[in-house]
Amino acid sequence: MPKTIREINEKIKKGEAVIATAEEIIDIVEEKGTKKAAQQVDVVTTGTFGPMCSSGIYFNIGHSKPRIKIGGGTCYLNDVPAYGGFAAVDVYLGATALPDDDPKNKIYPGAFKYGGGHVIEEFVAGKDIKLVATGYGTDCYPRKKLETWINIKDVNEAVLFNPRNVYQNYNVAVNLSDKTIYTYMGILKEKLGNANFCSAGQLSPLLNDPLYKTVGIGTKIFVGGGVGYVAWQGTQHNPTAKRKDNNVPCVPAGTLAIIGDLKQMKQEWLRGITMTGYGVTLAVGIGIPIPILNEEIVQYTAVKDKDLFAQVVDYSEAYPKVIPGSLGEVNYAQLKSGKIIVQGKEIPTASLSSYSKAREIALTLKNWIKSGKFLLSEPVGSIPGPKSGITFQSLKERPIT
Amino acid sequence: MVSKRIVLKFPHRLIEKPIICKLVKEYNLEFNILKAYVTPKEEGLLILELKGKDEDCKGGIDYLNKMGVKVQPLSQDIIFNEARCTHCGVCVTSCPTGALVMDPITRKVHFDDKKCIACELCIPACPVKAMEVHF
Repeated sequence: MPKTIREINEKIKKGEAVIATAEEIIDIVEEKGTKKAAQQVDVVTTGTFGPMCSSGIYFNIGHSKPRIKIGGGTCYLNDVPAYGGFAAVDVYLGATALPDDDPKNKIYPGAFKYGGGHVIEEFVAGKDIKLVATGYGTDCYPRKKLETWINIKDVNEAVLFNPRNVYQNYNVAVNLSDKTIYTYMGILKEKLGNANFCSAGQLSPLLNDPLYKTVGIGTKIFVGGGVGYVAWQGTQHNPTAKRKDNNVPCVPAGTLAIIGDLKQMKQEWLRGITMTGYGVTLAVGIGIPIPILNEEIVQYTAVKDKDLFAQVVDYSEAYPKVIPGSLGEVNYAQLKSGKIIVQGKEIPTASLSSYSKAREIALTLKNWIKSGKFLLSEPVGSIPGPKSGITFQSLKERPIT
Repeated sequence: MVSKRIVLKFPHRLIEKPIICKLVKEYNLEFNILKAYVTPKEEGLLILELKGKDEDCKGGIDYLNKMGVKVQPLSQDIIFNEARCTHCGVCVTSCPTGALVMDPITRKVHFDDKKCIACELCIPACPVKAMEVHF
């Protein structure tokens, strides 16, 4: 008999709910079958921890005396430019922002030692951050310059708001050229010297709910060590991407926009990172609970690495020039074995996404639910699925003259 | 036979003296140079793998110390900062000697400093800067 989220929450409150991680459910379904597993298990917890470039924070610093309007002026946090084009003292800092005087790739490959992701990590860790802002001065906001230390505990609101996170599957990056290249997928050695991938595979949230049957707008989640919500579908959401018979995409597909209270979050789960020759970004830890409402849903959560496929893509030419196609398809069990075969050559593999951290997130979320402190939420809107017809479009350039 | 990886620091006054050849002549040691350079202040840095009898290794290192060369094990200079590591594992393919490996069960990265040759290829590969060099 199908269950409802309300019924599952009643069981959680009584301490009777049965929770399994997306790893543990594999054996449960194998042993008991989907029917029994769907009856016995109430929630499956997922997890992922990896670089998620479309991430950032906003906060309100409170009004200075006299008042300043940063909107229309400039704002720097530890010399990293932040966006202030809102009202007077709301500021948004993106994960990939870089100081104006960073040499970037002028000295190739750029070192990119410090940027938005690192400021976010330090702010969450409770370190003081140097804010330097300018305004143009108005009758009601006369101040033109503000220099001060700020701290997360003193700002009014501090919110993590990420326009695109938790990619449903991703490419496996390789390099066919004859020189080393420096990409957002890491350092790729020439002539298929290595292959980098970036997904938690069988633990990854959207690979366990491939058709977005339970995750929706308003789904309560683990984010950055605190509690957050799914705000919307993410940018570049591509639900009509190619799928296998198990309904799981074999190319990058769905994404989610995530929001959460930064003041609850922890440095351990929001880490500023550097991709040599590429830039800085933020590694984000996210865990999504999947309510086991019926047999179909438990079947999806029991997906294994060997049934999840990704495409091998050349980042020396095909990716930068947007040439479609794949050098081959591999599964996550092969990727995690440490080597795959591409064009007849055995090449070593490595991951940008931390599987051990993903596992830790799924276990943490499991414990939160078990202890009764984390109840599931009913989504208030759905994430567009394959039938929505939504596809990810390339830019159609139109000359300006 | 023993094998040791050591970091040697030569002060400016020793730069022009033949020293390492004595390890072969007097102490019957084999060596493999893993890294060598002279700093802008004209101090020498040499990373060696020494092979030979245990007493010869000890004798050779005593000789180096006596000459004024600062000797320390390589493992003191290349540090795996586990508190910073997120165990993503992207470093493992950068490492040519298998000193950085991913445990297939725990999916955590392990660093075996005995296998490290101080090539430093892991330094730019690590997104969280968990590998540190302290020469």
